[in-house]
Amino acid sequence: MAYVQRKVPFIGSVDTNPETKPFWDGCAAGKLLVPKCTTCGKSHWYPRGLCPYCFSDKLEWVAASGKATIYSVSVMQRAETPYAMAYVTLAEGPTMMTNIVDCDLAALQIGQAVTLTFVPSEGGPPMPMFTPG
Amino acid sequence: MSLKGAAYIVGAFEHPTRKATDKSVALLHAECAKGALEDAGLTKDDVDGYFCAGDAPGLGPLSMVDYMNLKVRHVDSNDVGGSSYQVAVGHAMESIAAGRCSIALITLSGRPRSEGQATGTAPRAGNPAQPDMQFEFPYGPTVVNQYAMCAARHMYEYGTTSEQLAWIKVAASHHAQYNPHAMLRDVVTVEDVLKSPMVATPLHRLDCCVISDGGGALIVAKPEIAKSLKRPLVKVIGVGESPKGQMGGAVDLTYTGARNSGPPAWEMARIKPSDIKYASIYDSFTITVLMQLEDLGFCEKGQGGRFVADGNLISGVGKLPFNTDGGGLCSNHPANRGGITKIIEAVRQLRGEAHPAVQVKNCDLAIAHGTGGSLGTRHCGSTVILERE
Repeated sequence: MAYVQRKVPFIGSVDTNPETKPFWDGCAAGKLLVPKCTTCGKSHWYPRGLCPYCFSDKLEWVAASGKATIYSVSVMQRAETPYAMAYVTLAEGPTMMTNIVDCDLAALQIGQAVTLTFVPSEGGPPMPMFTPG
Repeated sequence: MSLKGAAYIVGAFEHPTRKATDKSVALLHAECAKGALEDAGLTKDDVDGYFCAGDAPGLGPLSMVDYMNLKVRHVDSNDVGGSSYQVAVGHAMESIAAGRCSIALITLSGRPRSEGQATGTAPRAGNPAQPDMQFEFPYGPTVVNQYAMCAARHMYEYGTTSEQLAWIKVAASHHAQYNPHAMLRDVVTVEDVLKSPMVATPLHRLDCCVISDGGGALIVAKPEIAKSLKRPLVKVIGVGESPKGQMGGAVDLTYTGARNSGPPAWEMARIKPSDIKYASIYDSFTITVLMQLEDLGFCEKGQGGRFVADGNLISGVGKLPFNTDGGGLCSNHPANRGGITKIIEAVRQLRGEAHPAVQVKNCDLAIAHGTGGSLGTRHCGSTVILERE
């Protein structure tokens, strides 16, 4: 069955939470920026202004390689347009919520390799999502 | 100092309604309060502490204390979703031990069914300032697909099957047939569950709880008062609470907050899982039950599928009778929060007031465990262990 992309709603604006605006600017430029603490060295997700491991405010944005593996996935079938809700573990370490897109949803498996892509949202920047391969 | 036995549950009431088109949420709270006080043999003016959570309309305790015209000297409002009421029992016991109150009222009510809420299948837009909201809502997280990701991961790691999950619904349905108020009273089979429509893989419609209106209330009192009343004595002997989230991106969907709320409760009670005669286990979904049973220590991690299979949760049949009112899976899930009804059925069992067909013989020790929020993102586990004295 041909893949149909669900409409992606954004909520608020890129200015709602000032400290995460660089993340959304990165999305607009086609980059997935992951916050990394220069004090303890750990990357985290979702982005915060203080490191959730050591409370340092010395954070930098690191562009992710775009390589990830599916940690878990569920195909939402009771929806106008079915879609794959997932957690993927980034090569950089953190596991993030996302969608797996542009694929045969029924064939998706935990442990599968996926690659970063961006899907336009309604009312906001493109959202980072993943596709098999 | 251990607080074991510092408080008793002296009153419990579950609202019989499952669809309350003609009543407000505030009225349902008040009717539950009235019912629990009558059950205890107390009156409104005896209450000196009030506890509620996010389902209370308006400004929580301020709105409801005023609506019911309570004269309390202690209020407490926590909100950890459907697990708030186990937390409230623990906090009420602590408040009683500290002398802040001696008769505490806890209420829950809601009417998501009358309001046409698509509780499980519609992504819930919240305040975009909620720190996770912009990083999650666009992807369409629903209650069902979040729990479904836990189920999928559990199947991947431990070989758990849809058939094993279905046994949990089967057991709940065996109990619900005796509950005249239950929304789903038909006994179902494993095949029925597997043939029901897929909502979010791997969870079927019958893996999900019902959407219902209603509510419940509890009265928690200090020992001297409990012993002066004419009801069977149900003592609080263990409590624990523990939130769990995504841990900064170290997401682990294989366990629940029960892993950390259980141990302090078991330690306070000085009993072990095998001592429990009856278990109320939060059942928003079949997978919720399975994971909590593992995390509370009723079986090894990963063995939950085998533990729940073949009727092991059916009263009179299996080793661990669970949710003998039919639970959230078949009876009700008022305000989308099932914590208080778990405690109420445990109280019925300990008093010997459950339906005779599901009453556990010599039921002297029971657990009532709650989960609030979502196992797939952020939730709280809260445990209450009760003893018939």
